[in-house]
Amino acid sequence: MSPFLFWFFALLMLGFGVSVVINRNPVASALSLVASFLCLAALFVGLNAFFIAVIQVLVYAGAVMVLFLFIIMLLDLRAEQRRRFNLVALGGGTLVTLGLVAELASVLNRFPLGRNPFPPLQGSAVDDVREVGMTLFSTHNLPFQITGVLILVATIGVVVLSKRELN
Amino acid sequence: MDFLNSIPWFLMATSLAKTIFLVFLVVLPMVSYTVYAERRVSALIQDRLGPNRTGFPLTLLGFKKDFSPFLGGLGQPVADAVKFLLKEDLTPGHVNKPYFWLAPCLAMMPALVTLSAIPFGSEFMGVKMVIADINVGLLFMFAISSVGVYGIVLAGWASNSKYPFLGGIRSSSQMISYELCMGLSAVPVLLIAGSTGLSKIVDFQVREGWLLAPFTDGNLSLRELLLWVPVGVAFITFTISMFAETNRLPFDLPESETELVAGYHTEYSSMKFALFFLGEYTAMIAGSALIVVLFLGGWHVPFMPDGRAGWVWGLLNIGTFFAKVAGLLFFFIWVRWTLPRFRYDQLMKLGWLYLFEIALVNIFLTAGILALCK
Amino acid sequence: MAYTVPRPKLTFAEKIYLPSIVAGLAITWKHLKRMLTGQTKVVMQYPEEKWDAHMPEHYRGAPTLVTDEHGRERCVACQLCEFICPPRAIRITPGELPTESEFSKVEKYPAGFEIDMIRCIYCGMCEEVCPEQAIFLRKDYAITGTSRAEMLHDKTKLYEMGGVFDGLIHKWNPDK
Repeated sequence: MSPFLFWFFALLMLGFGVSVVINRNPVASALSLVASFLCLAALFVGLNAFFIAVIQVLVYAGAVMVLFLFIIMLLDLRAEQRRRFNLVALGGGTLVTLGLVAELASVLNRFPLGRNPFPPLQGSAVDDVREVGMTLFSTHNLPFQITGVLILVATIGVVVLSKRELN
Repeated sequence: MDFLNSIPWFLMATSLAKTIFLVFLVVLPMVSYTVYAERRVSALIQDRLGPNRTGFPLTLLGFKKDFSPFLGGLGQPVADAVKFLLKEDLTPGHVNKPYFWLAPCLAMMPALVTLSAIPFGSEFMGVKMVIADINVGLLFMFAISSVGVYGIVLAGWASNSKYPFLGGIRSSSQMISYELCMGLSAVPVLLIAGSTGLSKIVDFQVREGWLLAPFTDGNLSLRELLLWVPVGVAFITFTISMFAETNRLPFDLPESETELVAGYHTEYSSMKFALFFLGEYTAMIAGSALIVVLFLGGWHVPFMPDGRAGWVWGLLNIGTFFAKVAGLLFFFIWVRWTLPRFRYDQLMKLGWLYLFEIALVNIFLTAGILALCK
Repeated sequence: MAYTVPRPKLTFAEKIYLPSIVAGLAITWKHLKRMLTGQTKVVMQYPEEKWDAHMPEHYRGAPTLVTDEHGRERCVACQLCEFICPPRAIRITPGELPTESEFSKVEKYPAGFEIDMIRCIYCGMCEEVCPEQAIFLRKDYAITGTSRAEMLHDKTKLYEMGGVFDGLIHKWNPDK
């Protein structure tokens, strides 16, 4: 990926990320998050990870955020828009964020591997869907199955909870 | 500027040429003529004639006769486009302006972007006839078309009035529900073809015969005969889900005129309305193209050489592909003017209780057949 | 007491809905085919084909005024049509015939007679009410104009459209 495109999408993603937090209108926040996801997907494309990029768009932008938006629109969130900035909270949040960034920077600076460039990827000839599938079903089969059971339990829980009357 | 030097110019130029060809020379004219076909076919089905006399109104300029250079009403789409461009663009005072303006673009864009992964021809002068030949083409189509729902949801919400809102809500829940059925009913195809790349699926069908007509490679094995059952089921469920995804009758609840005036685009006029309209028909074309690629052999003509044998065959392949798409579009229109609209609970019941289960069982059936007959 | 609507028992074929879809598609296909092969009679193609040849006998077109065989205006400005007209499309300005006139016995004539064709509903009441058989509905149906003034038929226009009517027409006489 050319550095130009990387910086373009990375900055765009960060911009939309900030816009998620500072927007007072919940719909605007949700849409910023969608845009941020799309930029992230573009970064994945830049790494030749098409499968991850597409799943990012399909699952997060296409399904999860649609549900979010759906709920936001059904609820009347006028109160959220009227709320004023709380200076103390704002200052505290900024301090915590700056501290986290400083910590990350110092750790990464001391971590030598981070400075070595990765070996170049082997073009787009890799069928990454096949690779992901092979890895999931061979090396990581047990965690995969356990995740499946977990999701099944969650699904049953949702169905039980959303049933109106429990007899 | 080493950034500029790093760009592969040949790839850029051919991609640009293909994009311009596909979008401006094929799909957009196809969209406008699908609208025309919609009106004409609906008229013929209802024993009427439809728009059959569009020409230039020269009598307005003082001439004796109007000039109708087109056969019948073939000039109608041009007239429609001019009308849409010239109409007053009204933005009601109560809407949420930025989103109100954003929504039509979001409705049109994803439908056009999905076209980039479709292999619409074999090879023409040594260039592969697909804009982005990615190995996750099918997932890409699903992903981008799932983003398409934002346009409709935003239109419904930003219009800030009840009918568009109800339309937007209906549309988003309908599209989320049917995306699942659509994805699951495409899985048997992936299992058989062994790839998610659309070009690879077409290549497979060129080698082994179309999935829905496995005899097109000249022979019919027991395996293909057995697979015919799940492929047929997948085709039916996929097509039904496609109808729901593109908001076509019998599932056009988001804009059902009898209940919601015009649904999510009630408050839109002029070119903004036209964008919704174009987006809907482009999505229809992209959906038909996807069905053609998955089940009907893509650009393949049985027992004929493909684009590697010469540019004539390349052109023939492109023509075949769009002929198949046009056939499916006719089917879409035909169904629209035959079936009554579903009730909303019926729609949800069909999606979640029947199609979803059928698609799931179908995957197991396909996997079983594939495992048994190596 | 609640009345339970009996629901019909559906067969399996009816439940899965697909056979009836196919049947419906077959019906619409039949209509399409019959249209394409020209077996269905379609409506009249208006500007090219017109009604003129087969206009029904009882057709009520534009109301007009007529003169008799001596060239006398039949209308005597009694204003009955003006009063009966449901949309009030008729406006008559009565005038007195001068004594030296050949037809001075009639005493009155319409100095102005206007029918507003935007208002006219072609009901024919003016024709029925007229005691002098002066106003008749003709078969003109394409009354068009590019302005309101053009749609206001004045006396000259009405006589021009109506023409001459010979003798008496016994409207109320079934033997006429």
